[in-house]
Amino acid sequence: MANPKLAVWKFASCDGCQLSLLDCEDELLAVAGAVEIANFPEASSAIIDGPYEISLVEGSITTPHDAERIRDVRAQSGVLITIGACATAGGIQALRNFADVEEFTRAVYATPEYISTLATSTAISDHVKVDFELRGCPINKYQLLEVITAFLQRRKPNVSAQSVCVECKRKGNVCITVAHGEPCLGPVTHAGCGALCPSYNRGCYGCFGPKELPNTASLAAWAKQELGASDTDLKRLYHNFNTWAQPFRDQGQAYD
Amino acid sequence: MQARVLEAYQLHTLIGLLRERGYCCVGPTVRDGAIVYDRIAGPTDLPVGWTDEQAPGSYRLKRRDDGAYFGYVVGPHSWKKYVFPPERRLWQLKRAGQQFERVDEPSQTPKYAFIGVRACEIAALRIQDRVFTGGEFTEPEYEARRELAFVVAVNCTQSADTCFCVSMKTGPEVKSGYDLALTEVVGESHYFTIRAGTDRGREVLASLKTSAVNEAQRSAANTRVRQAAESQTRTVDTEGIKELLQRNYESEQWKEVAERCLSCANCTMACPTCFCSSVEDVADLTGEHAERWRRWDSCFNPEFSYIHGGEVRKTTASRYRQWMTHKLSTWFDQFGSSGCVGCGRCITWCPVGIDLTEEVRKMRAGETS
Repeated sequence: MANPKLAVWKFASCDGCQLSLLDCEDELLAVAGAVEIANFPEASSAIIDGPYEISLVEGSITTPHDAERIRDVRAQSGVLITIGACATAGGIQALRNFADVEEFTRAVYATPEYISTLATSTAISDHVKVDFELRGCPINKYQLLEVITAFLQRRKPNVSAQSVCVECKRKGNVCITVAHGEPCLGPVTHAGCGALCPSYNRGCYGCFGPKELPNTASLAAWAKQELGASDTDLKRLYHNFNTWAQPFRDQGQAYD
Repeated sequence: MQARVLEAYQLHTLIGLLRERGYCCVGPTVRDGAIVYDRIAGPTDLPVGWTDEQAPGSYRLKRRDDGAYFGYVVGPHSWKKYVFPPERRLWQLKRAGQQFERVDEPSQTPKYAFIGVRACEIAALRIQDRVFTGGEFTEPEYEARRELAFVVAVNCTQSADTCFCVSMKTGPEVKSGYDLALTEVVGESHYFTIRAGTDRGREVLASLKTSAVNEAQRSAANTRVRQAAESQTRTVDTEGIKELLQRNYESEQWKEVAERCLSCANCTMACPTCFCSSVEDVADLTGEHAERWRRWDSCFNPEFSYIHGGEVRKTTASRYRQWMTHKLSTWFDQFGSSGCVGCGRCITWCPVGIDLTEEVRKMRAGETS
């Protein structure tokens, strides 16, 4: 039996997440052995027609054209997995959702009338049914391999929605909020990065978006009262790569 | 055995003797703005002249004006990481034709000497002993590591603002469960009173250059430990606490604490008695190779209560209730003691400073009001 066909699709994004697949290096041969990489322009210009058993979708929906194209991708895909903060939450470019996009196009482009864009940047799941959302800005390549493996083996991916703190504490890191008084989004952020920033004494930026049951209000209240964070600090903390993810969106808007 | 006096400069001899006997010495050391537990080569790796200031959700290192080796209390780490590691591969499977070949993980039982174990931490290790070795099934690696570990205990001569070992009756004085126990006295002279609690402790003590304790030295050591006890500000009224929690299963207090609780699991990770882990099987892409891993888990994690059909505890209120009720109440039924030793880690390392002792107090007040 032929290997299942895999396609990688790009919408509004930086390509960093799909490059995680090429970044697999040691495991890339195993990937190529398990699936037929049928449509992956970053890797090869040879495109094999669909349908595809597995589609990895990177990027958010920001244009009328892309809003149509994602429906076509869905129609050609068995399993559709979104990868990264853009595809799962609208990405950093969803900051436009709080502002006037026409004002931006006038400021940036010499002839803004050529620009056909939507007023918002939104997640793929706002447009079509998504089978699995893999978080991160960028995603963790080992989690990507795990998700591909899990779908090929027809099992649930081992991807936990617990907090970054769990990974941080397992590593034996010293909590930078408690020991240094620095705000950190770890307690409200979805695990998966291996507590990368806190391991280098930086607060978590929330790249992986909200964890399950994120108590953003409590964390923000503590940062304000006890750590001296300003409303602007807090708004910037929550309105970042996952700005349009509902809990982060709402918490950031609390400071408007 | 009578206590002896060990001059402070002889601490390096003690650590040297343990190393000569094949022990990997681990103990407190300064890293990233906190006192953590890690390998130590000698006394200079200890947090000499440092102390800690702790409060709910806050920990700061401060300089002392003396050269004390143990002038602080407990930090973010506990000894459980050495006896029950946070992540451990249990075994692997490799495909061999139509069969799978099981590859057992070599037993990892390093011979540790724990330097500077506090009374509350000995109480915590004993609780974990009951969990891992006291029942029908034993965790063999835990058991082996514990038996091998040489415990150099230290009596606390100060308390942090978050300490409440006195009311949990676990400290600050080390009463048993040690190979050697020290009390540090820093003043006009700098020395330890030292006592052995086991044969292997006596053997090491006999190899050290010590002198008899005079009354002034004994009194100085005892006074410092007594002062540590007297300076504790946090308390838990443990009278009938098991029933208190069980009477309050439907209390509104759980909803109130859930407004602050982040369900981030920091309290359980920092707790020296929390022992939960999950076991995860992973197969690689080729299907030729699979591994089973065990990792520290927490009752605050979403998947923790997942059974067929979904999670049993879907809300933060239900998870906090589970944790606190288990720790202070149902632990008695399960393991014959409280699950709390009063070390205060859950208070200090909660990123929003939730105070277990305060929650107990509120619960009592809620019943009388």
